[in-house]
Amino acid sequence: MTPSSLDATFAALADPTRRAILARLASGDASVTELAVPFAMSQPAISKHLKVLERAGLVSAARDAQRRPRRLEAKPLGDASEWLEGYRARWEAQFQRLDALLSELQARKTNTHTKTKRGPTKRGRTKSRRRLP
Amino acid sequence: MTKAGALVVTTPSDREILMTRVFGAPRQLVFDAFTKPDLVRRWLLGPDGWTMPVCEIDLRVGGCYRYVWSNEKSGKEMATGGVFRDVFFFNKIATTEKFEDPWYPGEAIVTTTFEEERGRTTVRQSMRLESREIRDGILKSGMESGVERSYERLEEELAAQEAKR
Repeated sequence: MTPSSLDATFAALADPTRRAILARLASGDASVTELAVPFAMSQPAISKHLKVLERAGLVSAARDAQRRPRRLEAKPLGDASEWLEGYRARWEAQFQRLDALLSELQARKTNTHTKTKRGPTKRGRTKSRRRLP
Repeated sequence: MTKAGALVVTTPSDREILMTRVFGAPRQLVFDAFTKPDLVRRWLLGPDGWTMPVCEIDLRVGGCYRYVWSNEKSGKEMATGGVFRDVFFFNKIATTEKFEDPWYPGEAIVTTTFEEERGRTTVRQSMRLESREIRDGILKSGMESGVERSYERLEEELAAQEAKR
């Protein structure tokens, strides 16, 4: 797993038509003709998208038959989602700390009878004194 | 969709990472937690064992911010900083971000929006990377630091949350 292969995966996934093609292949192999049906696109246009997906290793073509059905390759997708999950987990750990901080701040506000509005009128006494000249 | 928690990370393009997270607090409070130094240094700490001895934020267009993290055990330091490009109070901030440590080269543009609905705030943070090199650097560092450790950290956090109840 190298960053450049992740790069290809993310680039391939950045396009909605390619994501739709992958979604279609997830339910079974399909030929280019079959893949083109739901899209308002020519077969060459679909083939172009397939080439990007093949370069990223997300899709492979069977050698034998004339219709060369395309198949979804799961590994690159797995690598990409594993990386994203690590990134997500690191941020989520920080955000859970933020959740705790926000609860604490809200509890403090309730105690001093202050609402979320800014301005001196509704502020708690000690706090507003500090800010007013 | 607007449940608190459950961070969602997506890659809308090959150089952009988008995080979406809902917080159970009004957006002024969430905005403060993202922009006031005494609040930021309490949660933006990265993995275990790191503190944030320097947290400077000059919240205005053209103003700078600088964060320095320090690992108490190893003494290692990591720093990042940048300039505010947009500041719309309680709505949106956009900054440049550049790590001082050659952790990755180049810059990123980080745009954060705050949207409140019925007392909950949805934060969307997009990190747009200047170049492919910088993104590869992030990917590499992410993989080196390891998914496993993140999970451990997450589990500890969850256990701590449970214990508080």
